[in-house]
Amino acid sequence: MKIKVNFPEKCVKSPMLSEIILKTGILVSIVSSHVDSKGGEMILDILDSNYELVKESFESRGAFVSTFNAFIRRNEDECVDCGACISVCPSHVFGYSEDWSLTMDMQKCVRCALCIDMCPHQALALEETDLE
Amino acid sequence: MVKTIAEINEKISSGSVCVVTAEEMADIVDDIGAEKAASEVDVVTTGTFGAMCSSGVFLNFGHSEIPIKITKMFLNDVEAYSGLAAVDSYLGAAQTSEKLGIKYGGAHVIEDLICGKEIDVLAHSYGTDCYPKKELATTITLEDLNQAIMVNPRNVYQKYDAATNGSKKTLHTYMGKLLPDFKNVTYSGAGILSPLSNDPTYRTIGAGTKIFIGGATGTIVGQGTQCSTASGFATLMTTGDLKEMTKEYVNASSFTGYGPSLFLGIGIPIPILDADMAKATAIRDADIEVSIKDYSVGLRDRPVVRNANYEELRSGSLQINGKEAATSCMSSFKKSRQVAEELKRQIASGTFFLGKNTTTLPARQSTKPMKETNKTLFVRDIMSRDVLQVEQTDSFIVAAKLMRQNESNHISVVSNKKLVGIITSWDISKAVADGKEETVEACMTKSVITCLPEETVETVAKRLAKFKISAIPVIDHQRNVVGLLTSEHISKLYTRGNV
Repeated sequence: MKIKVNFPEKCVKSPMLSEIILKTGILVSIVSSHVDSKGGEMILDILDSNYELVKESFESRGAFVSTFNAFIRRNEDECVDCGACISVCPSHVFGYSEDWSLTMDMQKCVRCALCIDMCPHQALALEETDLE
Repeated sequence: MVKTIAEINEKISSGSVCVVTAEEMADIVDDIGAEKAASEVDVVTTGTFGAMCSSGVFLNFGHSEIPIKITKMFLNDVEAYSGLAAVDSYLGAAQTSEKLGIKYGGAHVIEDLICGKEIDVLAHSYGTDCYPKKELATTITLEDLNQAIMVNPRNVYQKYDAATNGSKKTLHTYMGKLLPDFKNVTYSGAGILSPLSNDPTYRTIGAGTKIFIGGATGTIVGQGTQCSTASGFATLMTTGDLKEMTKEYVNASSFTGYGPSLFLGIGIPIPILDADMAKATAIRDADIEVSIKDYSVGLRDRPVVRNANYEELRSGSLQINGKEAATSCMSSFKKSRQVAEELKRQIASGTFFLGKNTTTLPARQSTKPMKETNKTLFVRDIMSRDVLQVEQTDSFIVAAKLMRQNESNHISVVSNKKLVGIITSWDISKAVADGKEETVEACMTKSVITCLPEETVETVAKRLAKFKISAIPVIDHQRNVVGLLTSEHISKLYTRGNV
């Protein structure tokens, strides 16, 4: 599952993620990270079963954790179900259903945005997070 | 048994016509054979929905109160050709916006017209006694135009070669984004539903054939431009009334790095006149083969990486040089099917009748390349073929001697015969000034910029400028040095006339 961690300004100098990884031994993948002196946000990919422990670990250190479901947005009025996006996605988010409609498996999305400039109909966009 | 188009139209009129899509026909012919299928089925509908850049509309604006003979015209900042009579213009789908560039173009104006949106019109003229007005600005919608007639010079390619990219950098093309190292393949065309692939001898397709185009009923004008019947890449010129079209089947698009194009839904009904026609319309994806071409070579004849049929392309991935490449379709199979189904519905319900073609496409016609009087020069045409090279383990003195003997400032450095660097007289000057006895390897440039003999001089000249270098080793695909191209070779092109 993907989670969003918000770091308030006071937290940006502490190596919080490293501390938590070392202490709990939990493996995380960093999907994206935007942190500067005023605060920031990270999108992390973790195992569902580790959610409670990861949330507790961050929040006891002053950060905020929420589940994250904002990935790629498809404008269905513009999409013509061509499937141009399928071959450029490294995570196999896109596919076809039985009737050749485009399908999307959002859980696989890593927000790399490679699909966005492939779409000839400008039907794909990144869902904006707080900082973008 | 042989049927005529008139007989089929009578059946459409009486509601007894048997019409199926090209997908259904393939199964029917497999089940009952071509003879029986020909006696049972009257019409097979086809459909395609993809980018058709060579499309556009003739527009007639009517006369302004003070008449104007328009010589230049812009619609939402997109130029429409106006070298016609006073108030006619032709808006091409691929024309780009003056202000927005390639993000918005003629295709978008066409879609906006269909959607009933207001379009800003700006027109210029030099003024005549009969047409005194010189400048005109107004706003129109599709309704305000006397005629908006779509006439597309090249549509409905019978099939289209697929694209891939063998280079190290991402390419943005009219075939979409092509990832480096053959990581993906893009293709276009409806395969089993492709109109021209279902009548590959073009018996029933020509001027006068009635078609479904963009939601309207239109006709084929005749062969399209670049129509190559000899190679199985025929095209059609098509026409239809824009006022009857819908956004469902006419969609503007813009390809990153390429520009605007029009996605258009076109369906052609194929009359099943006899068993031969039944057999032709039983074609499947696996029967239609195209080449996969390497778009990283910026030439007309791009190298073929391999061939593939539409079944392989549609499967989602295929192998290139032993590695898996993901495939993407640039046209919509779902919408192609929708076109074929809609055309089938219209024929079955008696609202669409077949038109008899008065011509067929020219047989065994091929397409010539452009006659270029100032011919494109390739690196191999002007490079020096004296390959000066040293081993990277040699002393730099060896390189210096070679430079002096040959009056050259650039020596290629090799290891196991493969290019590993370049050493220049400047590199040696630095080594001497620093008082170092060094190997070539220690003073050469390792990240050497190279080119291939088959690249154009223009491309490589830009590379020299970009990297601020004055010479570039020419290598083959195995990194063997085959020559050297210097800025001097390029400047000689201008001082000695054509080489």
